[in-house]
Amino acid sequence: MSATPKEVKKIIDSGYEHGFVTEIVSDTFEPGLNEDVIRLISAKKNEPDWLLNKRLAAYYKWLEMTPPNWAKLEIEPIDFQAISYYSAPRDLADGPKSLDEIDPEIRDTYNKLGIPVEEQMALAGIAVDAVFDSVSVATTFREKLADAGVLFCSMSDAVQQYPELVKKYLGSVVPDRDNYFACLNAAVFSDGTFVYIPEGVRCPMELSTYFRINEAKTGQFERTLIIAEDDSYVSYLEGCTAPMRDENQLHAAVVELVAKQDAKIKYSTVQNWYPGDAEGKGGIYNFVTKRGVCLGDRSHISWTQVETGSAITWKYPSCILTGKDSVGEFYSVAVSRGKQQADTGTKMTHIGENSRSTIVSKGISAGYGQNTYRGLVKVVKRAENARNYSQCDSLLIGNTCSAHTFPYLEVSNPSAKVEHEATTSKIGEDQLFYCQQRGLSEEDAVSMIVNGFCKEVFNELPMEFAVEARKLLNVTLEGAVG
Amino acid sequence: MLSIKNLHVEIENKLILKGLNLDVKAGEVHAIMGPNGAGKSTLSHILSGREGYSVTEGDVLFENEDLLDFSIEERAHKGIFLAMQYPVELPGVNNMLFLKESLNAMRNARGEQPLDSIAFMKLVKEKAALVKLDEKLLKRDVNSGFSGGEKKRNEIMQMALLEPKLTILDETDSGLDIDALRIVAEGVNTLRNQDRAMIVVTHYQRLLEYIQPDFVHVLADGKIVKSGDKQLALELEEKGYSWLKQEDAA
Repeated sequence: MSATPKEVKKIIDSGYEHGFVTEIVSDTFEPGLNEDVIRLISAKKNEPDWLLNKRLAAYYKWLEMTPPNWAKLEIEPIDFQAISYYSAPRDLADGPKSLDEIDPEIRDTYNKLGIPVEEQMALAGIAVDAVFDSVSVATTFREKLADAGVLFCSMSDAVQQYPELVKKYLGSVVPDRDNYFACLNAAVFSDGTFVYIPEGVRCPMELSTYFRINEAKTGQFERTLIIAEDDSYVSYLEGCTAPMRDENQLHAAVVELVAKQDAKIKYSTVQNWYPGDAEGKGGIYNFVTKRGVCLGDRSHISWTQVETGSAITWKYPSCILTGKDSVGEFYSVAVSRGKQQADTGTKMTHIGENSRSTIVSKGISAGYGQNTYRGLVKVVKRAENARNYSQCDSLLIGNTCSAHTFPYLEVSNPSAKVEHEATTSKIGEDQLFYCQQRGLSEEDAVSMIVNGFCKEVFNELPMEFAVEARKLLNVTLEGAVG
Repeated sequence: MLSIKNLHVEIENKLILKGLNLDVKAGEVHAIMGPNGAGKSTLSHILSGREGYSVTEGDVLFENEDLLDFSIEERAHKGIFLAMQYPVELPGVNNMLFLKESLNAMRNARGEQPLDSIAFMKLVKEKAALVKLDEKLLKRDVNSGFSGGEKKRNEIMQMALLEPKLTILDETDSGLDIDALRIVAEGVNTLRNQDRAMIVVTHYQRLLEYIQPDFVHVLADGKIVKSGDKQLALELEEKGYSWLKQEDAA
């Protein structure tokens, strides 16, 4: 790869430099959505006709759809015409000049999380040499990946460089018409990530650890596609524990995973977007469609997520277990405090013989937080000997929050074995007293109890990420008691 | 070491302790006996700082400081240890980690360096052996799925590790069979020395067969109504608590 995504974007965008000027940020579309806007997005990215047509078809379908209302969420109606659907990566020169210009509260959080200064600056959008240093680090890793034959680039790059692969798989797991938000994404997706692991290759590093700085600006309609060919392995890390600056209130991402025979994809997410103020105003609405298909026999997809941010989280990473002996896993920690609402869970669809799935969901509610687990385990008629184990635990901190569990089961094969366990507990005054009597402060006690509650999920995260997730949880729940 | 004077304590506007007096010196073991509802648990909780109780009158001095001024953890740092009647379970919290955090919190409060993992492991194994605690329990989650006896032994192990100045054993004998009781008592006896004091709160005399108290006090209706040596415990066992009430009335 000769150019970084940033450079590619720069080249693509250069022709429009004078066309779309607003007072604050250059190169951002006027708010509103219509066919012209979609044509413009596509043109800016220099997309082939098939992709433009795909976008347009999705757009017209979307117009006929209505937002889902089955989730246990209270959402103010979203004005889709008030949103701008394209914003070029901002020129770093427009950003803050130093960390002193950043909201002290955010800076404080960075420090608590132990994020290196260079990365802090990158997250805050500060133009410094350090950022470019990290870009060169990224380039080194890019070369290493290329040696292994791994394709790893932005979705925009992939459309240009690997159009056959993109055409074959984009929308193959999450059809454009799947749901309201996925359909919107199919019409207007801004950018995202493309990963292709060739047959027999074990990806030599955790993807995206070293790249997240560059991904900080991927925008509100992200599109991710990961393809693992036969007998390959990849571990992908999405997100960041640091709260990211983001003015976009609506996020509607789509993630598609394809695992062929004997392939394994491990997808880990830490999401810590702005949850809004004390009243819940201004927080991110996070409507994500994530789905993987275990296409080949003995394929394996594992989702792990730690969701602590956003005002609203609507997210159900799912697995379609088509292959024989395929395995789907979902490990989740979702925190809602203040006025946050989370309705999250998974769908495991068993099609292949002997397919197995595991669901471990840990919901934590504090303040006025609302936390809902919603999951479907579906076993089709021909899925002989399918197995599922689900465990949904809720932890309540205080008296004003709530937790709900909605497990759905559709079993059409009598040989299936499906187990479900659910518990709800409260951090008891007696637990806190016990810890404090042994010399721990109240905050340390809460942190210890909450981390214990989440242990099974944190164990699934790559080591570095797990350490960050623990810290994040402690920072998130600071002052949640009392 | 501990001096309680004319202590009056309320829970939700109900007076539970009504003028309790007690003096405990270093090296002494005091047994507090009494019928249910006499205020035994209230005494344990008020000394350790549990919320929900209000002191309306009286003083509690611990090493010449007003104990009631301090938070739960500050009291723990000062050397007060409560072996609980019902030790709580902490699912997912590794017992060893918990012990380490606890010990290092105490050390930190005393201005000492935290113990490193190797030194800590050595110490905790030594203490576990002292109270005959199965080392496997150290690797499990705190009290999770422990039997009644294992929970109590774990409490005594914590006490051995933290080396408090004043230990309150709150009905440690409840729910224990005789073998477990003996092992717990042995652990306590091993830790007895001239610098430490213990308050053994119990309903039954049988624990006192194994832990020999220097003093026995009978707590009834929020006050200590009778004090004596271990003979008093035997007398109580024989005659029951109603005997005291009759004597009181007489």
